[in-house]
Amino acid sequence: MSTVAAPDTGTAATAAAPRAPLAYYPGCSLHGTSREFDESLRAVLAALRVPITEIDDWSCCGASSGHATDHLLGVALPARNLALAEAQGFKSVLAPCAACYNRLSAARLAVAGDTELAERIPDVLGRPFANTVEVESVMDLLREAAVMIEEKVAAALTPNPLEGLRLAAYYGCLLVRPPEVAGYDDPEAPTSMDEVLAACGANPVDWNMKVECCGGAFSVSRTASVVRLGRAIIEDARRSGAEALVVACPLCHSNLDLRQKAIMARGEEPMPVLFITQVVGLALGLPAAALGLDRHFVDTEPFIRRLVEQAAVRAAAEEKVKAEAAAKAAARRGKAESA
Amino acid sequence: MGTEMTLKPHDVMRLVATRKSRRAAADESIWLCLTCETCSARCPNDCDPAGVIDTLREVSLETDVADAPRRIAAFHRAFLAQIESNGRLHEMGMVMDYKLRTGDLMKDVINAPGMVSRGKLSLRPDRIRGMAEIKRIFEKCGES
Amino acid sequence: MSRIGIFVCHCGENIARTVDVAAVAEALRDHPGVAWSEDYKYMCSDPGQSLVRKAIEEHELTGVVVAACSPHMHEKTFRRACAAAGLNPFMCEMANIREHCSWIHEDRDEATAKAIDIARTIVEKVKHNRPLESIRIPVTKRALVVGGGIAGIQAALDIADGGHEVVLVEKEASIGGHMSQLSETFPTLDCSQCILTPRMVEAYQHPNIKLHTWSEVESVDGYIGNFTVKVRKKARSVDEDLCNGCGDCQAACPAKKIPSEFEAGLGTRTAIYVPFPQAVPNIPVLDRQNCTLFKGRRKGLAKDACGKCKEACLRGAVDYDTEDTFVEEQVGAIVVATGYGLYSIGREQPEGLKGYGEYGYGEVPDVIDGLQFERLASASGPTAGAILRPSDGKEPKTVVFVHCVGSRDPEKGMSYCSKICCMYNAKHAMLYKHKVHDGRAVAFYMDVRAAGKGYDEFSRRAIEEDEAEYIRGRVSRIFREGDKVKVWGFDTLSGEQVVIDADMVVLATAMRPQAGAKELAQKLNVSYDEHGFINEAHPKLRPVETNTAGVFVAGACQAPRDIPDSVAMASATAAKVMSLFSADELEREPAVAVVNETTCIGCMSCEHVCPYGAVEVKEIRGRDGALQRTVASVNPGVCQGCGTCQAVCLSKSIELETFTDEQVYAEINALAAWD
Repeated sequence: MSTVAAPDTGTAATAAAPRAPLAYYPGCSLHGTSREFDESLRAVLAALRVPITEIDDWSCCGASSGHATDHLLGVALPARNLALAEAQGFKSVLAPCAACYNRLSAARLAVAGDTELAERIPDVLGRPFANTVEVESVMDLLREAAVMIEEKVAAALTPNPLEGLRLAAYYGCLLVRPPEVAGYDDPEAPTSMDEVLAACGANPVDWNMKVECCGGAFSVSRTASVVRLGRAIIEDARRSGAEALVVACPLCHSNLDLRQKAIMARGEEPMPVLFITQVVGLALGLPAAALGLDRHFVDTEPFIRRLVEQAAVRAAAEEKVKAEAAAKAAARRGKAESA
Repeated sequence: MGTEMTLKPHDVMRLVATRKSRRAAADESIWLCLTCETCSARCPNDCDPAGVIDTLREVSLETDVADAPRRIAAFHRAFLAQIESNGRLHEMGMVMDYKLRTGDLMKDVINAPGMVSRGKLSLRPDRIRGMAEIKRIFEKCGES
Repeated sequence: MSRIGIFVCHCGENIARTVDVAAVAEALRDHPGVAWSEDYKYMCSDPGQSLVRKAIEEHELTGVVVAACSPHMHEKTFRRACAAAGLNPFMCEMANIREHCSWIHEDRDEATAKAIDIARTIVEKVKHNRPLESIRIPVTKRALVVGGGIAGIQAALDIADGGHEVVLVEKEASIGGHMSQLSETFPTLDCSQCILTPRMVEAYQHPNIKLHTWSEVESVDGYIGNFTVKVRKKARSVDEDLCNGCGDCQAACPAKKIPSEFEAGLGTRTAIYVPFPQAVPNIPVLDRQNCTLFKGRRKGLAKDACGKCKEACLRGAVDYDTEDTFVEEQVGAIVVATGYGLYSIGREQPEGLKGYGEYGYGEVPDVIDGLQFERLASASGPTAGAILRPSDGKEPKTVVFVHCVGSRDPEKGMSYCSKICCMYNAKHAMLYKHKVHDGRAVAFYMDVRAAGKGYDEFSRRAIEEDEAEYIRGRVSRIFREGDKVKVWGFDTLSGEQVVIDADMVVLATAMRPQAGAKELAQKLNVSYDEHGFINEAHPKLRPVETNTAGVFVAGACQAPRDIPDSVAMASATAAKVMSLFSADELEREPAVAVVNETTCIGCMSCEHVCPYGAVEVKEIRGRDGALQRTVASVNPGVCQGCGTCQAVCLSKSIELETFTDEQVYAEINALAAWD
């Protein structure tokens, strides 16, 4: 079990509304290829004062391979983790990986709608399972915290590097479909990530490939498909004026970041791919290293450096304007007094 | 994935509706489906092609109507084998298993150093304590 | 002493297969009060009815019970037969041994026993029947037509030509409806306004038609033959008698950029406006929402901010201080012809509907709907008939027409087919090709529904002569890419994905009832279905009547339909109305509530619960004129015989004729006494 203590972010924090303890289900990717998602999420949740507790002894949710080959296995594997959360006294579990979120929610729905399945699952698991634990998506949590994020961004000590930055919010599939499973946003024109980006001071662009699949699980077994699909996404994001892509799914990130070299032609300008939690972290003034930004295949360092420099220039310009206005006001007062 | 499939979701639905599921289950197309759920989300009649295709894959595996495309089958087997041994996915173990099954030994070799240096590839698997439960789950599902 | 005749029907096999009808007749023969009992194969047939008449005469029957089907089917038949033989028709009742017995049971013995019980019960009831006379109510031979589109105009003209006065109420400033917005009509490609405006003028000038435009129905009271309708004449700000339609006010109005409803949002109008040049009446209205002067008044300005239209009017017809007025009209029949509106694919939708996110929720430029295309094609439209893109005014070289947007889509909320879209899509493809010869017209369809006269040939013309490309398959996405509108579709007949870089996309959106149709239906006490379409009385045999006596329905407000069907339906309602007006009095069944004024205590609980407002307060005065007591009194013309009053009456003073307490208790006692 690991709990995350709230570090001092140096901001005048708005008190978070008291929350029921939130279970945390990182999933296999967040412990492996998408470590930065886990790191940045923990950092951001700490800054937002949302305590999480990792589910003890959690196991893989089965991702695609579970449900694609065996329906019962596809329900049982995620159900084990929900049963663990139940036994460990939680009311809801946060599952940041889009696939894990979708599988856990789908398992809940399957069991709720099928009494035979509901009776069978505890036997398959060898554990009681009452289907009481709710599953929360990281997008929904961040969207609910948008006002708090906005306040913290305004109160941060360093100027916001994301101010006005044009970002393409890429939702992919499993965050928004099927609508019965992932019901918190519009499946055709979702806005949750865009709202969070706006709260961070960024400028989410209007673009067309928001919910088109990146190739998901074919990263290894059918890479050519991923390259084809990824190309359409990055091209459209670029055409819409985005300077970076923002994702909330480890597989989307991998397909667009790790595979970007295969997607782009030689000499083409790379496009950084950031996790939403990394974006929020940057806006809140958290250091890049704490957000795992050095773990990407498409180098983020020059990009971040440029943003920070531009932010500093902006801040300096604002200071200058303020100083000039103050000087004028003082001069006017002086004149009035001497008259 | 529609452009790469011979049988697209609506073709699969038609075959199933006209009692020709076997033909659909034997076609490679069902293995190219990514379960992106776009078809099910858009269907005006609330049908679930994604769910039907999932079921056809299970049918195909159980009845041996045809082999799934080698790489995709190898991926699924390697993935599930990892869960069966460790409870969680050990990515390096999975990729190695996949390579042995497909003979594609050079796959992503170029990316391996990058993964390790970025701390994304752990050399040791992360094995859970409740392995008996995992074993039970796989046994019970295998019986059905 | 009762002499009741029992007639047990076999109804072919319907009853006889399960119930031993001979045994029923036999069992009833010895029942006290029964003078004649027989069974027959088809009682409702001519020979069957003759049996009834013959028995009444030969055996001097005082009552008749026909044990057969439901009274809903043949009560009227047998009552007429009795009347023909000289027996008061209300001494005849039916015992339902089909729907209530043979159709729902299988055991022959048990069913037969039950049939005997049912028949005996009704015999006991009939012993308490009283001879009754039909109620006669006067009929006001004037009709109200709500809605001035093609259906409303047709109905009004037919009734008016038939010699009766018609009040035509239209909520817009001009009559004409959506047909006036169309460019050409299928399948003849007649200019729509050219064939419509003569009718509009005729309606305006007809001596028997009283036209209220810019008006709505406020409330409706009364019943068939005797409706009192309050019409709200919205404040026009222009005196209809003084105005001569010169148009100087519109020319003078400074607010010129208001989106025009008539142009479907593609053009603009002024605040004081006539919706289109051929409007009938050609009298403008002032849109107070967008008028500079009225905006100022709402803000509380001391001085009026504008007044140009009033200054420009040489006849002094503009008056800013008019208010809504009310007119009361007495009519005998009402025709509902409120027409349709189009479904929008936007994000905001009424309850139960969803928009099309995959098509951009209506926010993609150059994606328009059918009515907007009509305005582009129309010579009097915002582009003078040239097909031009709304975004940049350029001529589109590739236009995609998408069928079934919202229709046939249970997920989006409209499960029905909108009937006209296949035809108007073919028309649009043809009109486009006639104007842009080198253009490419592509239509994505599911099926082509062209079932009218000359319709399929028309549809084929679009493909064979005008080279429209028809692709069978739905469109999965529509979005903007640079200058073009990207359309992702599928050709199921060839199995290929289709991607089109279109310049413009026309969506054939679903037909829905007009906004406000539900509220009007509630005022008229008329029922509507889950989509808001007015319900007809019977889908096969009574398509132009509603379940509310005296209220008829015509046109697209009842279901999606095209112009010829709407016109036919309108003429049909006119026939019904004129049939209603053909007699001076209307006969109603006397199954209404009656008050025993001696025992009534005047608590008025009955008035409180009556859903039809049929109960009135009546004052009982002595010879000297002093008020002695108040009692309840039922208006036999309004009462629908629901019986609610009888259930709540504290003093048992109100009863339904043909269902009096005595009759009902007799039935109950009969059931309890025999096993």
